[in-house]
Amino acid sequence: MEKIKELILRTVSDAVIEQKQKLTVTVEPNKLHLLAKTLRDNTALPFDFLVKLIGIDRGEQLGVNYLLASSTDLSKEIVLKTSTSDRENPLLYSISDLFETAQFNEREVFALLGIRFINNPDMRKFFLNGDWVGYPLRKDYDANPELNPVSIESKEIVDIAPRITETPQGLVEDTVKIFEDDDYIINVGPQHPSTHGVMHFRTSLNGEIIKKIDVHSGYIHRGIEKLSESLTYPQILHFTDRLDYLSANINRHGLCMCVEKAAEIEVPERAQYIRTIMDELNRIDSHLLAWACQCNDLGAITAFIYGMREREIILDIFEKTCGGRLIINQNVVGGVMFDIYADFQKDVKAFIPYMRSKLVEYDRFFSHNVIALGRMVTIGVMSKETAINYGVTGPAGRGSGWSCDIRKHIPYAMYDKVDFKEVIRTEGDSYARYMNRLDEIEESLHIIEQLIDNIPAGDIAAKTKAIIKLPEGEYYQRVEACRGEFGVFIESRGDKNPYRVKFRSPSMALVSVMPLICKNEKISDFIGIGGSMDYVIPDIDR
Amino acid sequence: MEVKNINIKGIPTEEFNDNEYLENYIKELEANGVNVVLSKIDELINWGRSNSVWPLIYATSCCGIEFMSAAAAHHDISRFGMEVTRNSPRQADLMIVAGTMVHKMGPLIRRVYDQMAEPKYVLAMGACAISGGPFVNSYHVIKGVDQIIPVDVYVPGCPPRPESLFYGLMQLQRKIKVEKFLGNRQR
Repeated sequence: MEKIKELILRTVSDAVIEQKQKLTVTVEPNKLHLLAKTLRDNTALPFDFLVKLIGIDRGEQLGVNYLLASSTDLSKEIVLKTSTSDRENPLLYSISDLFETAQFNEREVFALLGIRFINNPDMRKFFLNGDWVGYPLRKDYDANPELNPVSIESKEIVDIAPRITETPQGLVEDTVKIFEDDDYIINVGPQHPSTHGVMHFRTSLNGEIIKKIDVHSGYIHRGIEKLSESLTYPQILHFTDRLDYLSANINRHGLCMCVEKAAEIEVPERAQYIRTIMDELNRIDSHLLAWACQCNDLGAITAFIYGMREREIILDIFEKTCGGRLIINQNVVGGVMFDIYADFQKDVKAFIPYMRSKLVEYDRFFSHNVIALGRMVTIGVMSKETAINYGVTGPAGRGSGWSCDIRKHIPYAMYDKVDFKEVIRTEGDSYARYMNRLDEIEESLHIIEQLIDNIPAGDIAAKTKAIIKLPEGEYYQRVEACRGEFGVFIESRGDKNPYRVKFRSPSMALVSVMPLICKNEKISDFIGIGGSMDYVIPDIDR
Repeated sequence: MEVKNINIKGIPTEEFNDNEYLENYIKELEANGVNVVLSKIDELINWGRSNSVWPLIYATSCCGIEFMSAAAAHHDISRFGMEVTRNSPRQADLMIVAGTMVHKMGPLIRRVYDQMAEPKYVLAMGACAISGGPFVNSYHVIKGVDQIIPVDVYVPGCPPRPESLFYGLMQLQRKIKVEKFLGNRQR
């Protein structure tokens, strides 16, 4: 990392480098693009994966934090920081030409904080309606409901995007049309059973071939990040369950770890074991549902019933442990809320061989079915470069040959003590993603097998203070959720409430790559590709 | 008609909550007058209607997954004649609103509701659809779907278990059974 520091200072001489939780580099807005480009193109250790893009209202200034990681070694991380003091008309330079995943994130920052990005080709608000008054994440936001009343009047969708571009003559503001004038556009969603939630894809077609997709989001934007700013840390925990409800336990694990690291709370080993086992059960549960829904999308209703049948056994184990089925509220800061019940080990051990036999059954009756193969093999191909550039992690990223499993790169909980294989395929099509999920179920079973008999005795939670205050600073935590990398960012000002909380949602990257990989595919395969990506919309909208 | 004559799956009336609400509903209906013969035909119609409710799942978040569990083999919603989930509002009798409603969704849910054919019912599933739930203080959340469309049954929970959903659906069946199609004096 010393070499990286030298490289940074050689590129931008007035950069301020600090060693906080991560290596943090603060630069002027006009130098940021150059620095990001240099770091991305650094051949020895390329920082080519934009993990998070976080807009922050720093009081006097409005700023953005970029968390970059190297795609070859995810544990190498750099934080870039920049800010502008113009609160009336804040402008920063876009890096969406370097990292495609920045495109949606910058639009999100514009909607929530009002920062416009120069050279971003599409500066519409992402979650909120275009006529929303105010920028919610600013500290001086006026939450008066009369400013933004609930309306039941349908609004016309305008496919014109404003943008700011930098030219030799200065900044030019103009608009650009999303679709051509005579395009035939159909709306997939927002209320459509196969979009796996309330996502709105405006799709222009040439016959039945997809020409272009325009993604509209925000139909389930609940403002969780703003709500978190007025709650204490234990109170925020339940929001993480409701982001990606299918990996509820893992998301919560991420936030708990972030708070524990910041407050320096030691988690008992028994709690670590329970957390890891529950995470893996959660992953199996999620992958089963993903498998069931993907098969359902391809027309195999029986598979849906089968997947839900096996899933129900895991839900029963969850229910016996902590009373919840889908949202289980198991993790708390410092450990877990409930100890395992007496027959937990027996139930889980009975489930493992049962699930293995069912995996064989799934393989036999769907994975080699000629219709299934025809609708998945070579459909929706995503290259490794695309996956990295769009930040697509999880089974989808690993289906494109990118080793991106946080459990391997930055082990947490018990993952450095167990033996498991990172499932990687290089085809990058729907079928690779489909097979990856089934293989990951097998790996999860293998992890549980190694842990289930060795759960040590002891406390299930560390004693914490009634009110947890984090020391001033910025804290990042990354975990491997079912759909990819889930990230938590907390900026604390030493108070019992966070100053800013940001969640990195893996699904947002999955959706942002959809327009690219669906191009020139048939409209009927659009649903199949969506099923293989397996995004969860409330995770994107937050 | 009295509430105790309404039979759902052989469960006695006393085991249901909210009987008072139905009694008031019957009084209101009887105040309009009902013909004995026609009331028998009504019973037959309502027997058929209550056992073939076709739901439209307006699922936005977590509650939608619990509905999927309810529809799958383990809980099996088809015992209630409701397995025919419709994705087109024009073919549906019941809208199950499962999940948070936000400002951007407001016009859309109203439009989908307006597209449904009469008689139509709405079931609010989960805390978010009832009141905004854990997100009630948010700037972008509608505090209950009943601010936009009328709701017949509220099923609390976050998310409600499939069993609670079934209880709500049975309450809806009871409500359908006390209604009358024919013999309204005002016609």
